[in-house]
Amino acid sequence: MKPISYVNPRTLKEAAAAHGGRPEARYLGGGTNLVDLMKLGVERPDILVDLTRLSLDAIEEQPDGSLRVGATARNSDLAAHRAVGEHYPVLAQALLSGSSGQLRNMATTAGNLLQRTRCGYFQDLSRPCNKRVPGSGCGAIEGVNREHAILGHSSHCVATHPSDLAVALAALDAVVELVGPGGVRSVPLTEFYRLPQDRPDLETVMRPGELVTAVLLPAAPAGCVSRYRKARDRAGYTFALASVAAVVRLERGVVRQVAVAFGGLAHRPWRARRTEAALLGTSPTPEAVERAVEAELADAVPLRHNAYKVELARGLAHEVLTSLTTRPGTT
Amino acid sequence: MEARNGRSAHGPGPAARGARHAVTESRVTLRVNDADHRVELEHSATLLEALREALGLTASQKGCDDGLCGTCTVLLEGRRVNSCLLLAVAQEGREIITVEGLVAADADDGRHPLRRAAEDRDVLRCAYCAPEQHRPATEAPAAGDAPGTSVVTEIDLPADAPVRLTADEVRDRLSGHLCRCGAYPNGAGAGQDVVV
Repeated sequence: MKPISYVNPRTLKEAAAAHGGRPEARYLGGGTNLVDLMKLGVERPDILVDLTRLSLDAIEEQPDGSLRVGATARNSDLAAHRAVGEHYPVLAQALLSGSSGQLRNMATTAGNLLQRTRCGYFQDLSRPCNKRVPGSGCGAIEGVNREHAILGHSSHCVATHPSDLAVALAALDAVVELVGPGGVRSVPLTEFYRLPQDRPDLETVMRPGELVTAVLLPAAPAGCVSRYRKARDRAGYTFALASVAAVVRLERGVVRQVAVAFGGLAHRPWRARRTEAALLGTSPTPEAVERAVEAELADAVPLRHNAYKVELARGLAHEVLTSLTTRPGTT
Repeated sequence: MEARNGRSAHGPGPAARGARHAVTESRVTLRVNDADHRVELEHSATLLEALREALGLTASQKGCDDGLCGTCTVLLEGRRVNSCLLLAVAQEGREIITVEGLVAADADDGRHPLRRAAEDRDVLRCAYCAPEQHRPATEAPAAGDAPGTSVVTEIDLPADAPVRLTADEVRDRLSGHLCRCGAYPNGAGAGQDVVV
């Protein structure tokens, strides 16, 4: 690792001043991804601004029933929080499906959202990568792309976003709170990430100098049920080949609310709006669920090695949605 | 959470203020195994490197150096973490317990209960992962991870139910500890021997 400066400010203002919005500056949370990328030489910051002593780690239930999750709240604390277990089981399941106990004890909420792709070409300095070095090309498109995207990719980048947490947050209509030179603003998680298009190096809509301070979860309406299911190469502790998060509310067997998001398939968590539209207001049979899932995956464009992901995602979504829509709803 | 922030209220204040000054090392105090150690550290040094090279505590191993294998696991403020992915300078004032400290704290006839269980079960082969392999089991709910912190438990139980350290639960907790010899079945068994 190259020599670096390090500061651990006590206020957001000090943190912002130390960072200065410079491209060579990085905020440090749990470090589980950043430190790794620094060792690989993918990240070469000249200063680290440590956010872990700023008391941004609170998880607070708000009077309106929403939940405010501080940027540096640890994955393990969030997963174990009573309100999460009660109202957002999909979130706890997603967190606990991600990484190992050690990493969950380190990893922060904002750091999880901002982690970089695990595309092998991105991590390997000897390979071309438009995300790491814009304009250098993409090694994965013609290379080994078993783990890559089938939706929303471009001729410049086929990487996937690795977070499980973000997939659950997409299905929960979470909102990301940002603080920057222009003040505070809120961005829905489903609009927080960009598709790669011709600038895969730009992964989110964050502006220079902005910092994630919290994630807000809207109150879960009574009677909502939710689930996260993840398929991976081994039973524990690896990234999703495909995953699905779903939140459903039934009234007398009729779907009154539904949100579905896929992970492992795209450059960002993929909200399956067509699936949702097909299910809303219906009492779906298993066949109808299948058609609803197909409506979303019809656009999938698999690469040489990942055609299996279409079938995998279809199976996961069908199983999860069938189980959620055939449960008795309240009232 | 309170402990993590509260305890470090008077943490480090390395002098680097922006890249202009380019201060790239600091003198910091690491609190390891109940003792303070004043050390001069490159900011880029990991906690694992500081433990092994500056403090001579070599039970924590550098395996993958990538957060995967778990041989570098230590307890930070009472929770297991991968010391290879933590920058040492950022841990000033935080309570760190290594395997050496774990043994000293709980020693009983010179052997930690986990060591006895491991020997009884003939767990070890090459033993590279041994110092860390059993740590998840030592983190029975009160001591390490919060309740419900494995996906196995989470799916099976309501969030506030007591955690049962079943074989599946122990296996899931061990999933961040790789053993190249494949001694997992007895390792999980030894973990259960101690905590159940």
